[in-house]
Amino acid sequence: MSDALIELLPSVLLEGLLLGCVYAMIALGYTMVYGVLGLINFAHSEVFMVGAVAGIEVYRYVGPHIDNPYALAVVAMLVAAGVSGGLAVAIERLAYRPLRKRGSTNRLVPLITAIGVSFFLQDFVRLIEGLWHGEFYMNYPADARMEAVHELPLGMTIQTKSIIVIVVTAAMLLGLDHLVRRTRLGKAIRAVAQDLQTASLMGIDPDRIIARTFLIGGALGGVAGVMFGLLYSQINPFVGFVPGVKAFTAAVLGGIGNIYGAMLGGLVLGTVETLGGTYLFFLTEGAIGNEYKDVVAFLILVLLLLFRPQGLLGRTQGDKV
Amino acid sequence: MTPGWIIAVIAAAGLASGGALMAWPRSTWPLLGVLGVLFACLSVRGHKSSRFAIALALLLFFIPAAGTENTFLFELVTQMGIFAAMALGLNIVVGMAGLLDLGYAAFFAIGAYTWAIFGSGQAAEFMSGSFPLAGWPYFYLFSALAIITAALTGTLIGLPALRLRGDYLAIVTLGLGQVVRVLANNLDQPVNITNGPQGITPIERPPIGWLLGFMRFIGLGDNPALGYAIFFYLLVLAVIGIVVLVNVRLDRSRFGRAWVAIREDEIAARASGISLTRTKLQAFATGAAFSGVMGAIFSAKQLFVSPESFTLLQSITILAMVILGGMGSIRGALVGAMAVTLLNIEVLKSFSDFLVDLRQSGYVLDLGIVSFNFANLSDQVEPAKYERMIFGIILILMMIFRPSGLIPESRHRLEAGSEKKDGMTG
Repeated sequence: MSDALIELLPSVLLEGLLLGCVYAMIALGYTMVYGVLGLINFAHSEVFMVGAVAGIEVYRYVGPHIDNPYALAVVAMLVAAGVSGGLAVAIERLAYRPLRKRGSTNRLVPLITAIGVSFFLQDFVRLIEGLWHGEFYMNYPADARMEAVHELPLGMTIQTKSIIVIVVTAAMLLGLDHLVRRTRLGKAIRAVAQDLQTASLMGIDPDRIIARTFLIGGALGGVAGVMFGLLYSQINPFVGFVPGVKAFTAAVLGGIGNIYGAMLGGLVLGTVETLGGTYLFFLTEGAIGNEYKDVVAFLILVLLLLFRPQGLLGRTQGDKV
Repeated sequence: MTPGWIIAVIAAAGLASGGALMAWPRSTWPLLGVLGVLFACLSVRGHKSSRFAIALALLLFFIPAAGTENTFLFELVTQMGIFAAMALGLNIVVGMAGLLDLGYAAFFAIGAYTWAIFGSGQAAEFMSGSFPLAGWPYFYLFSALAIITAALTGTLIGLPALRLRGDYLAIVTLGLGQVVRVLANNLDQPVNITNGPQGITPIERPPIGWLLGFMRFIGLGDNPALGYAIFFYLLVLAVIGIVVLVNVRLDRSRFGRAWVAIREDEIAARASGISLTRTKLQAFATGAAFSGVMGAIFSAKQLFVSPESFTLLQSITILAMVILGGMGSIRGALVGAMAVTLLNIEVLKSFSDFLVDLRQSGYVLDLGIVSFNFANLSDQVEPAKYERMIFGIILILMMIFRPSGLIPESRHRLEAGSEKKDGMTG
């Protein structure tokens, strides 16, 4: 049995890494919004889902005209980034900004609004897809060139689409790092995250920066949606919920508000969850297994919040009176 | 204080709609009238005993009298009562203590499974003894036990979660609500406790010989289906009565004040000597207990439980009731529960049926510039299946335009008056 465990390890790790890429990309959206507004944007899981659905539409309508599956995947990701980014900005403008302007001090109000937006979007997409195509369970089309298997050392194999996912994730993370650290916009985002009031005194328009933050986070979520579709194929309007909660867990794991924490947390959570799901099955000799992988992820969240609520990379911060 | 003549109008409307309901038990309009009068009884102020008498007359005479002709009335009001008890429980957690709990349906599930496992043959799968536990004391015993198991689970879930800031709590309860469902779905092996996704059925109901005897006595015959409809109606009304009483007493007790204090300002509350974790745990356990007892009643009423009855949608439905009625407001929770239940099982369904009729009739809507043939209406347009969209809209609109709800908590009303005077807040 232990031979099987060791033999499986590299491929389980690789699978965990892929899942981790998706989590990391979604987690960035949660953590950036949390950074500037201190709000858990529950609607972000639906921004991700809309990205996946937008990708499907690209495959439906543009797919027949482009023969190159790699170019098609990139087009789908770009469109999804645009749609999801725009949606995130619209959500901020229509639902969150009115609350901010009213200056309510009740912390529950924006959270409940976010849940409302999330529920609304699930059924809204379902309605639109239902009217448009007559059904709302969708599949990303399989392409033999994307599914092609390559040999790696240690007996691992990797599919072309997995390589694309890893490369795109790496590129986007590096790009985000550059944006946050080296550009004026990044500086402004960091300033707003640190202290919104003071930043606005320094000539930064917080509303504009908040909108940009939603745009960037939403675009990353949209790309994650297409990656999710490429990897796991099946998409429906309710597909966002579980990855959404997991990605939030990842954001907390890394230290919420910290974008490097979100990247790290996503990768760690994806790996641990896949390892946990697989090895539970072996350790209990098949009695319980993969169906408990969600439980593993939530247990991590609870334990983490108990013993290290600031996350892996976060710093503790006292309550301000 | 409402002028006396308004109470007289409500009483007259109650008599009229109650009488109409008895005359036409299957018609929708008298039912809406009766519910409207109940709403009015909950929302006007003052004249407590008159309002109480009107509501009682409707609930204990007119609705049962009409219900013997149309058992759907019992079903509807029982459903409202079950949700109202849960809304009152969640109102303590979200409304009074200000803790956003998104996994509230989990406690309902705990209560439901507590009776379902022992009130059916399921318990024989993992322990010795003769099951189901039939006979009169068991159901009531296990309903009481459901209060304890739900409160204990609430404490267990709360212990880690309540040490966190408010918004983390939301996501932890969201996750743990899912965990309870995953457990209910998968605990059919290695030991079969919950029977997995198939759920448990049939579940025993308490014997109601006394009620059937009474029904024979007043000439209603002894149809057990009608008997159980009446039994659960009365049981739920009684439980609601107790729950409301407990809520009112709690609201004005040390506990209630402590909950509101931590909702308004945790740091100030702590400085005033309130133990945060203990107070929050008390709120959590109390809220869970209400949900637990209704879970046990629900499982006996439905004869069937499965993990699918306890989803996130269920939790959000109850949250929508609390938000619609007004966070922290007891009467608001009752009104919210009635309104959302009515919307869910009566209004949306009727609207769907209406659209189906339109589609079949091929009615053409001609607006001059555009015309639309309803025969072309997609069968995806079915309002009854879009509860998520409707609850989402309720939550968003209430938060943006009326965050204190339809019937604001009385403390909030007092504050709203003073807020304008000092001008600066926050």
